[in-house]
Amino acid sequence: MRLLNGFTLSAIAGAIWGAIAMLVIGVTLTLITGNVASPQVSMAAIVGGLTGSVAYWFQTQNPSLGQRAAAPLVCLFTLILLTFAHPFTLSLEVSTLWQLGGIAAFVAAVVWSCRATTYGLPRGELTRYEREMLYLRVAKGIGFVVFTIMVALPFYVMVMTSLKSQQSLLANPLDLSIDFSGGFYGLFRSYIELFTLFNFGDYLLTSAIVSVATVCLTLLFSVPGAYAVSRLKFPGRDWFSRSVLLIYMVPAIVLVIPLYAVFSQLGLRNSLVGLLIVYPATTIPVALYMLQGYFKGLPAELEEAGLMDGLSRIGVILKITLPLSLPALASVSLYVFMIAWNEFLFAFMFLDDPEIFTLSRGVVALNSSEVPRQHLMAGAVIATVPVLFIFLWFERFLVQGLTAGSVKG
Amino acid sequence: MSVSAEPSGNGAAMSAPNSAAPPQTTGPMQKREARLAFSMLAPTFLIIFLIVLGPLLANFWISVKPVELGDLRAPTLLVNERVRGKPQAAGDPVTLQYRLRNSSQDYSIFEVSFTDTLPADFKPTAWPEACSVDGARLSCTLGDIPGKWRERLDIEGMAGAAFAEYRSQSKDTEPVYTGEADNVLTNLDFTLDNFRRIFDADEFWSVLRVSFYYTVFGTAGALVLGLFAAQLLNTSFKGRGFLRGLFLFPYVSPVIAVAFTWLVLLDPFSGTVNALLTKMGVVSEPINFFGQRAIEFSLFGLPLEFPLALSTVIAFEAWRYFPLSFLFILARMQSISSDMYEAAEMDGATPLQQFWWISLPQLLGILSVLFLLRFIWTFNKFDDIFLLTGGNAGTRTLTVDVYEQGFALSNLGAGAAVAVVVFVVLVTFATLFIKFSTKEEGL
Repeated sequence: MRLLNGFTLSAIAGAIWGAIAMLVIGVTLTLITGNVASPQVSMAAIVGGLTGSVAYWFQTQNPSLGQRAAAPLVCLFTLILLTFAHPFTLSLEVSTLWQLGGIAAFVAAVVWSCRATTYGLPRGELTRYEREMLYLRVAKGIGFVVFTIMVALPFYVMVMTSLKSQQSLLANPLDLSIDFSGGFYGLFRSYIELFTLFNFGDYLLTSAIVSVATVCLTLLFSVPGAYAVSRLKFPGRDWFSRSVLLIYMVPAIVLVIPLYAVFSQLGLRNSLVGLLIVYPATTIPVALYMLQGYFKGLPAELEEAGLMDGLSRIGVILKITLPLSLPALASVSLYVFMIAWNEFLFAFMFLDDPEIFTLSRGVVALNSSEVPRQHLMAGAVIATVPVLFIFLWFERFLVQGLTAGSVKG
Repeated sequence: MSVSAEPSGNGAAMSAPNSAAPPQTTGPMQKREARLAFSMLAPTFLIIFLIVLGPLLANFWISVKPVELGDLRAPTLLVNERVRGKPQAAGDPVTLQYRLRNSSQDYSIFEVSFTDTLPADFKPTAWPEACSVDGARLSCTLGDIPGKWRERLDIEGMAGAAFAEYRSQSKDTEPVYTGEADNVLTNLDFTLDNFRRIFDADEFWSVLRVSFYYTVFGTAGALVLGLFAAQLLNTSFKGRGFLRGLFLFPYVSPVIAVAFTWLVLLDPFSGTVNALLTKMGVVSEPINFFGQRAIEFSLFGLPLEFPLALSTVIAFEAWRYFPLSFLFILARMQSISSDMYEAAEMDGATPLQQFWWISLPQLLGILSVLFLLRFIWTFNKFDDIFLLTGGNAGTRTLTVDVYEQGFALSNLGAGAAVAVVVFVVLVTFATLFIKFSTKEEGL
């Protein structure tokens, strides 16, 4: 019999699941309750290995109740036995309910993933195909856990830190639980202070105005341009439609020094007008590129019919082309809005006057030793929520925009 | 006849009856169409020339000029006016003193003159040669004044009754000054000092090296993560839409928000990650992820250094931009026909073989385009490193160096010189990109 048969592989997979589940649940428990758990990862791996073997052994087409119950029971009992009923090395006195929940979650997670790993595999010897399927299942499982934590953890920490008070942050940086004892004011204190003392209401408004104005200006410039490139013939058209994207590759940092120097002398630097000149200039090329691609896909016959019926070019664009390209206009607008809302470099370089800060600039101003960290995180949340909200609401359009606009960093 | 986009000019074809080949000249309709097209593109051209191409050229100009940040404010004549003497009654002598100064230490102002309205009820009796008095109007011609120049002009006179009472009235009118100063940006002083300075600096080559490490590993990291994430979500299951949305969060969120979150998360004193690591006993001392240049360790007796801060910054880059490659790779994978996988399945290909021999070759096109695009964009990236480390602890890339030279060290010329280097490196990449994009019609 080969060494890597179904039994050994299901035990190894089970051990991996046990270790991962214990680690993740232990850390989660720590972050939720604030009590430092040091999860017994190696013991959990042994538990997982046993569970994996048992689950594999009792895997049949129509399992009886006993066959179903075998794996969870083995998992639970070995866990309690091997860790002396202290899987998280915490006394069961502290946050008992959470710990019991953690144990239940551990058993459920390990049993479910062990079954999912070996689902449909024959008992005993495995072919190469079946072995690779098992490897891939393990890899995918690890992938899901790692990616989800990797993406979600920073955002979780961002939101939770913004809801804490200075003292509790210093006392225990691991305690990311929500403390309701302070009431509404205690919980949202950082936000209230940002809006009352730090002018964040104004920043929010400025950012909204700048972003919406950038979207309008960009469309105003790029729609006629994209129409010309996609429908009209003129010398240099192909060259232009190709090279317009190259303009998009010009790094902002190269433009910053000349623009800073010239705008300083023209008195445009510390003003929103300056930003509203620079932002559209950086977004027009990509908007034009995205729109011309869409316009080219529209049937030209419709427009020709409009021209035959006596519409002017402007009339054709307004009455035929634009209504037909609403989805493209939506994705371009959202994409440009996102760029303008998130823009940092020019806002940072140009704006000195706190009266006209955009959100990005305002949050950077919070990054000093005098401002507590929960304020910084609250500022980050305020800057993130609108754009995430728009993203989730219009995800379909925005994903189209992202894939079409592709090149933007 | 309509103005529609007919293929190559009917008008010209009709006027040349003998030619079977398409006409070479452009007819009036095409000219009109081209004119219309150009007028529609004109605003775009204008703003691109003003804000992108103009500054690009101006950057070369500034890079050979000795310009400091402080020189941007044009030199002016500063006039300070005060009354000397304490007139008690009408007829008492009093002196109006003008203190004049060139605001710039280095630059001259040419053909300077200023005029001022004398206070009411003040009778001037003596004034310097440079000045003349006409009624209540004082005008002085100072000629050219060099940098650091300062001067006093005393106008002696007698106070009238009203003046003696309201001495402060003398400040009521602001002196008006005229004069011409060289604009530091448009004068013809040139120097190669900026380039000499940046190429001579010891750190320049390490900055260049860090830039390439950051670009290559950041791009590769984002691509590999994106490829992996796309594999995960290529099957359909419950919650797939949710996960796809979640995976895009890092890219969609503002850079300031995620950068500061990473700073807080990895803070050596109060960050969650370090608290977890130390409390659980993984490490004995907190790790200063963004502040420590290198960790020394030895492998088989060889002393080696692991560039910690740079690696963390690269990890951030990969984390923030994997969603983009993920989106593209996922879209490409979903367009691969399932026939091929079915055929491979029949032939007994294992899952890994299918990935290696079917998926990867199909994805190669999009992967190479993504690599080039991301390579250029990562190289251009400034915000991330600037916010995370400020370019300290061995993470200074060329783009951060532009800021460092131009604004932190206040030497705009040197900053522009680094920007020229950035641009030259970039043009090399862009040439590559154009070569590839003609082959790959994926984008």
